[in-house]
Amino acid sequence: MPWDVVAKSLFILVVAVAALAPVVTWVERKQSAVMQDRIGANRADLFGIRLLGLLHPAADVLKLIFKEDVVPIGANRVMHLVAPLIAAVAAIISFAVIPYGATYQFGDSTVNLVAADIDWGLLYIFAVGSLAAYGTILAGWASNSNWSLLGGIRASAQMISYEVTMGLSVVGVFMVFGTLKLTDMAFAQDATFRLLGFLEVFGVVDHLPRWLAWIQLPMWGVFLQPLGFIMFLTAIMAENKRPPFDIPEGESEIVAGYHTEYSGMRFGLFFMAEFIEVIVIAGLMTAIFLGGWSIPYLPQERIIGALEPLFGSGMANLLCMVAHVSTFLLKVVFMIWFQMVLRWTQPRFRYDQMMDLCWKILLPLSIANAFVTGTIILLVRSYGS
Amino acid sequence: MLAEYSGVLITLVVALIIAGALLTIHVFVGPKRRFQEKLEPFECGERQIVSPRQRFAVKFYLVAILFVVFDVEALFFYPWGALFGELGWHGYWAMVVFTIPLVVGLLYEWMKGALEW
Repeated sequence: MPWDVVAKSLFILVVAVAALAPVVTWVERKQSAVMQDRIGANRADLFGIRLLGLLHPAADVLKLIFKEDVVPIGANRVMHLVAPLIAAVAAIISFAVIPYGATYQFGDSTVNLVAADIDWGLLYIFAVGSLAAYGTILAGWASNSNWSLLGGIRASAQMISYEVTMGLSVVGVFMVFGTLKLTDMAFAQDATFRLLGFLEVFGVVDHLPRWLAWIQLPMWGVFLQPLGFIMFLTAIMAENKRPPFDIPEGESEIVAGYHTEYSGMRFGLFFMAEFIEVIVIAGLMTAIFLGGWSIPYLPQERIIGALEPLFGSGMANLLCMVAHVSTFLLKVVFMIWFQMVLRWTQPRFRYDQMMDLCWKILLPLSIANAFVTGTIILLVRSYGS
Repeated sequence: MLAEYSGVLITLVVALIIAGALLTIHVFVGPKRRFQEKLEPFECGERQIVSPRQRFAVKFYLVAILFVVFDVEALFFYPWGALFGELGWHGYWAMVVFTIPLVVGLLYEWMKGALEW
């Protein structure tokens, strides 16, 4: 039994599913309240202690568990039960490949902080993401309700459409880093590059002011692939069916979409899956575009090199690990906050607008992005130094 | 080789335990007061007049077909993107040739109105 893998898997699951996910539901309610000039959730209390409403997630889980388990007449009982299970499990297992720390040396043993260090990490995320579509579609189909069916087929078309653009919009990132492995991508981003270095191809760098020519940026995906960042974030948020892409739910038109007939913990699992997916998106965006665990301008060797004379090798690695994991969590929290702001500032798209955005804007743009990236990479390689 | 995937297996088992336990507890601890009206599918207070087990717009099938075409083609982009540095200009032009039919196909769908909703 590989106990280190068990420990690494459990760490990310406990942090993300047990600690972050309830807080995210709280943030969603509290932030919407702040943005709409309300007080927000603050009623749940334990012996008179309210903690700003932080007890609400716990109260919600208890309430959902003790609700009646209702299956509508004519529903497919097996599929009705399996659908939320698929949705929740597919959301949770995405964490397996997200790296939350670098590789560290403790004596003879090396520790790399990722549950499953597989070569095709990003493909795994895409595969699991398409599994999540099954949960939604089955829920819509199995409920024997017209509203559910409408939500289900809307969700099916939306999720498979955005899966294509989601995959194509990160091809530029594969080309820049030359890998599909998320851990390698995070490592590659622990460096810096010269912002205007590519201008060497045209021989104009010498004519620029000296300070401008030597600006260094962290080698993050967001600086190397700004368009890819925007497109991937759009596509993956649409894949998660949260506002402004919550057309399958569309509570003002089709009641609650695919989970109209779900109550109690069965609904709770869909709810949980959605919020866990928010954290997965934040972790994934961090790992691909925001440098993962890396601290800007402070590569790992430099941190360990500076700490080693003071504390010794093992302690230096441990401190570096703590710093990296904290940085990663900080970036994840930022991305969660960013998604929440988007969620509360954008009105819902109409179905045709959403499909146009996918097929007519994002798809051609992402193909063009791949070729523009390729041209720049090859030009810099051929003529640059 | 397969050892790298043990993390996936462990997360899968933990996820199944979490989700399964929540569902199982829920089935047993909730109250059970069932009657006809409560169990009917929601239809804004009316009896269900149209069964949901019927045909729906063909556009959704069309999107599914488009998805199969473009997702399979997108799969060719992944290894190409990851190995781009080694393939160089040769790989670049090969991909241009590969993409032209893809873009022509997209334009054809567009002109035909398959992307209109």
